[in-house]
Order: sequence, then structure tokens, then C-alpha cells
Amino acid sequence: MLKRGVIGAAVLFLVGAAAYASFYIAPEERTMGAIQRIFYFHAASAWAGMTAFLVCFLANLTYVLRRNQKSDWLGVSAAEVGLAFTTVVLITGPIWAHPVWGIWWTWDARLTSTFVLWLLYVSYLLLRNMLEEPDRRALLSALFGIFAFLDVPLVFGAIRWWRTQHPQPVIMGSPGSGLEPTMSKVFFFSVLAMHALMVLLLSERYRLEKMRGDFQELQREAEAR
Amino acid sequence: MKNLDSIFAAYLFGWAVFFVFYLTVAKRASALRGDLDRLKDTLNRGK
Repeated sequence: MLKRGVIGAAVLFLVGAAAYASFYIAPEERTMGAIQRIFYFHAASAWAGMTAFLVCFLANLTYVLRRNQKSDWLGVSAAEVGLAFTTVVLITGPIWAHPVWGIWWTWDARLTSTFVLWLLYVSYLLLRNMLEEPDRRALLSALFGIFAFLDVPLVFGAIRWWRTQHPQPVIMGSPGSGLEPTMSKVFFFSVLAMHALMVLLLSERYRLEKMRGDFQELQREAEAR
Repeated sequence: MKNLDSIFAAYLFGWAVFFVFYLTVAKRASALRGDLDRLKDTLNRGK
């Protein structure tokens, strides 16, 4: 309990430091001004969300191959955490876009594929709620999770393959693109902080799923008596 | 600082999502812990 509290405090300190760095250390962007500072929160959340979906995909794949209950628990936990991060992306994006573009939303390839990703993982969780039998629920949701992950490379590639309203990539983009060195350091520090938060939330959510597994096992034991 | 209200809104709503998510996990865990303890008691009494 104490160890979890210390880890939680360390993660909170890290995300607080990242927020401080994005406001007070990163220089102001020339054309957009202060509103660009949302980028450090928005893009770092997007990267952490994608990592959570990658964890979900690997857990789903492992479940299909090995039928390991722990993989099922990890899959649903990572899907929920990834969904929370993607929700943050879908909220902070339009808040940034409105003063910069003059519109809240447009159906370009990046925004649409991100919204579809969000819908896919909402469907993944709804599917799990609809299925009662544990083995069937785990298998069908793992298969659906593998399918849902196909949208992640599409989200990544959307601003590289097509012309979009969304800004072109500044990380892993075309030659000549990139961030000013201090901005780059602050961005990668924010990515680290959001990943730490993602791991913390994932471990908490996994504990809940493990507890649910223990409960169902005891329930079966009670019914068998 | 221009657009401060938008920056504030982005951080506020963003952190609210993480906070609410954490709260729902903690609430579900607390309810399940109660159910688990009750079931364990029932099973122990039945032995």
C-alpha cells in the first residue's frame, strides 16, 4: 500500500513537472503563440494512448494463441486506459483547433481515424459487457481487439500519407520538419510523464480485473458446493 | 498570455478525464472487495 502511494506520488510529481516545463521552460511558438503549449499535453497523451492500445493488441494476440486468463485481464485493462487517453486527445484537440483554425472539428483523415479508433475501443468494451460466458467473452473480445488495432497504424500514417487539416508531423516527419531543441526536450519529457501515468493507471485497472477473476473463481466454487 | 482560457480548459478537461477514470476504477475495486469479503465469509461459514 505504501509502495503504491510512493509510486503514485512520484508519477504525480512527474506529470506536474511536465506541465511546468511546457508552460515555463518551452519557448513560445512564433505563429501560434501560447495556445501551442496544449501540444505537449495533447500529443504526449496520444502517444501514451497508442502504447496502451499496443499493449492491448499484444495481450489479445497472446490470449488467442495461449488462452491465458492474465492476457484477457491485461487486454481489457489496456483498452480502458487507452480509451481514457484517447478521450483526452479528442477533447484537447478541438480546444486547440478553435482559436488556430477557427473551427472545432473537421473530418480529415487524422481526426476521423482517431475518432474511429475511439469508437472501436468503446465497441470492444461494450462487446465484453454483452457476453456473459467468460471464455467466449475473452476470445471474441480478443479477436475484436486485434481487428480494432488495425486503425492505430492508420492514425499514425494519416498525416504522413494524406494532406490533412491536422498539422504535419514534427516527430518522424519529412526532412526539414522537427522541433526546436528545447521544445523537443520538453515534449519527450511530457511523453515520459504521460507514459508513467499510463502504466500507473494500467496497473490499478489490472488489479481490479485480477480481483474480479478471483471473485468469479470463488463464486464458481460456492456454486459447486 | 493570449488564449489562456483555452489552455486552461484543455488542461482542466484533460485532467478531469484521468481523475474520473481513476475514481471509477477505485469505486469498482472497493465494491468488488466488499463482495469478495462477503463471499469468503459465506464460504468459510459453510465449511
